[in-house]
Amino acid sequence: MDIILLALLDGIAYAALLFLVAVGLTLIFGVLGILNIAHGSLYAIGAYVTATIGTWLVANGYNPWLTFPALIVSAILVGVILGGLIERLLLSRIYTKEPILQLLITFAVFMILENLQRMIWGVQPYFLDTPLTLLGNVSLAGVNYTLYQVAFLPLAAIAVLVFLRYFLRHTTMGAQILAVTEDREAASSIGINATWVYFVTFVIGASFAALGGALATPTTSLVTGMGANMIVLSFAVAATAGLGQIEGAAVSALMIGIARSFAVYLAPEIEVVMPYLIMVLVLLVRPNGLFGKETVRKI
Amino acid sequence: MNTQRYLKGALVAAAMLFANSATAQEKPAEIRIGITTYTSGAASVFGVPARAAAEMLAENLNARGGIEGVPVKISFIDEGAGLETVLTEYRRQVEDVGADIMFGSVSSGVCNKIAPLAEDLEVINFMWDCGTQRILEDDDYDYVFRTQANATQETLAPLAYLLKYKPDFKTIAVVNQDYAFGRDSWEIFLTALKTQRPDVEVVAELFPAFGAADFSAEVSRLQALKPDVILSMSWGGDLDTFVRQAQQRGLFEQSTFIFGLGESSVERLGATLPEGVIIGGRGDHYFRHPEQINNPDFVKFNEDFKAKTGSYPIYSVYHMVQAFAALEAVYAKAIAENGGEWPEKDQIAEAMNGLEFQGFGRPLVVREDNQAIEAQLIGVTTSSSEFPFKVLKDIAIYDGADLIAPVGENSIEWISQFEAGKLAEINPTTFD
Repeated sequence: MDIILLALLDGIAYAALLFLVAVGLTLIFGVLGILNIAHGSLYAIGAYVTATIGTWLVANGYNPWLTFPALIVSAILVGVILGGLIERLLLSRIYTKEPILQLLITFAVFMILENLQRMIWGVQPYFLDTPLTLLGNVSLAGVNYTLYQVAFLPLAAIAVLVFLRYFLRHTTMGAQILAVTEDREAASSIGINATWVYFVTFVIGASFAALGGALATPTTSLVTGMGANMIVLSFAVAATAGLGQIEGAAVSALMIGIARSFAVYLAPEIEVVMPYLIMVLVLLVRPNGLFGKETVRKI
Repeated sequence: MNTQRYLKGALVAAAMLFANSATAQEKPAEIRIGITTYTSGAASVFGVPARAAAEMLAENLNARGGIEGVPVKISFIDEGAGLETVLTEYRRQVEDVGADIMFGSVSSGVCNKIAPLAEDLEVINFMWDCGTQRILEDDDYDYVFRTQANATQETLAPLAYLLKYKPDFKTIAVVNQDYAFGRDSWEIFLTALKTQRPDVEVVAELFPAFGAADFSAEVSRLQALKPDVILSMSWGGDLDTFVRQAQQRGLFEQSTFIFGLGESSVERLGATLPEGVIIGGRGDHYFRHPEQINNPDFVKFNEDFKAKTGSYPIYSVYHMVQAFAALEAVYAKAIAENGGEWPEKDQIAEAMNGLEFQGFGRPLVVREDNQAIEAQLIGVTTSSSEFPFKVLKDIAIYDGADLIAPVGENSIEWISQFEAGKLAEINPTTFD
């Protein structure tokens, strides 16, 4: 019984981080139709910027609780500035091009940003654990957990999910995004600025990637290559759910997070492959993912 | 008669001159050295400091007049670029650039591929940092040498320390990265443990993904299992993350930890790393090496390195020092054996056998199987008023010869024949 409780707690915390990154990836794919490999870099840079700002705040004697708003500020900064630049300067020029070209360009951006991280932050691991320390620990089933992981991260993921649902279904901008997603040409013909909708969507998706990185900062060491690991995992989550499925991403993140956690307890030798095992099994049964729908070719 | 003696003498002199000119090589304008190291990817935590060290060492060597007046010229290959790229670039360095010596590499996976390539290209290769013992145990090489210890010595030393100084344990768990060294080092450790302490129960064998950002489930499981000892041969960001997550959740308070490669993380972890953790230096490497601390060259090198990079040297840096020391030593030996003339490649390779050299640790010697014997330093973390991070106390330095399989023997087979008590009976040199 304890094993089930412990595995669930660990799995949910892990799933929360996975969801935060994967939801941005799936949102961008759902609306723009682009599989953004540079999403992993936005995650990593979000983490590095958070660590830099947080470390500066603490080192200069500011209230350490300011590191919490710093998590969100960093994510928005990275999403708006870096995400905005990527969308305007590169992606906006290739929306009508072949998917393989889009993939190659976002991969090139990923490689450039990986080098940029190394130039700015070097190769030694960074960390900032102030937010985690401030919240303290809680003992559950005889095991110490950090409140940050078992409470803050899942709540943050739920908040993002609720925000996205509300934003897409109850705001004008959300309605415009859904309209453009359905049919860009038709949406444009009724006066919706599709170029602006694409920009906003990409910035939101990029901000979620950066938020995932920012929220991971207190628990992990920031190292070169962390973006590559996360893009592979978040792709597994998005593919399992069905690309473009936001609620589905939450469900598949939970499935993968909890399954990986149980593997650590019951079959540690397959822990590493568990996310991909689930993805393969799901795609064998449902080729469009758990929540994906078959699409009809228009021509 | 005099004429005959004169002719004989002339013939002998001509023969000697001919023979000498056949082995004498014209002194080159420079010695070109190609170095494979990680300047990107997770292992750049080792590769980048080692690259900085190589630049310093080459500069210092050239400032001293190079090797017998010949300067060295170094160039680098990024191991992080992927195996195929590394092999292509390695071949280009040798065939097109004309590298005289290659230093390769950090990764055991890369070394596995580079060793046969170096042999094909007939270029002398120093395996300056990779650990796998299999390369020189499974095959014979004429041009491939290792200027440091292998995984067998590096893994047995922490176990020997544990058995001798903290033998009161009944259960153990391992958390290693899921890649070749993580698996191989555990096989070595476990094989030896079974011969020394068959009563000890292994309660968990955890191999999280290489580069994992989250060890929550591993930490929870270890908290539930409460093993007496937790071993990890992980390194870099993976080890740092594991230490932070374990420390945040109080895991260090219930188990004795061994980090076999921990020396490279001590400065970075600062106050996060608790006291009482057993740390290995992958060789006798430590910036406060008790037998080198009064060596002015050692002190100056450490200060210069700190000024250049902002950090104290770690074991990969000292491995690079050893590679350069071996380079100087082998040229000196080969030149002496060649009557003062510049040696040919094969003469340098021959001089590697039995070569003695010294970096910033104890002297090393290269065996006939091309493997160097290197001492091993193990210590326990303690707080320091001098540094904002933990330092080592209760240091023990093991003679590498006690921890390495004899020439021609397979490490695992050799270890499996250990008599009970063998490792605990080894007496290292100890320091407070």
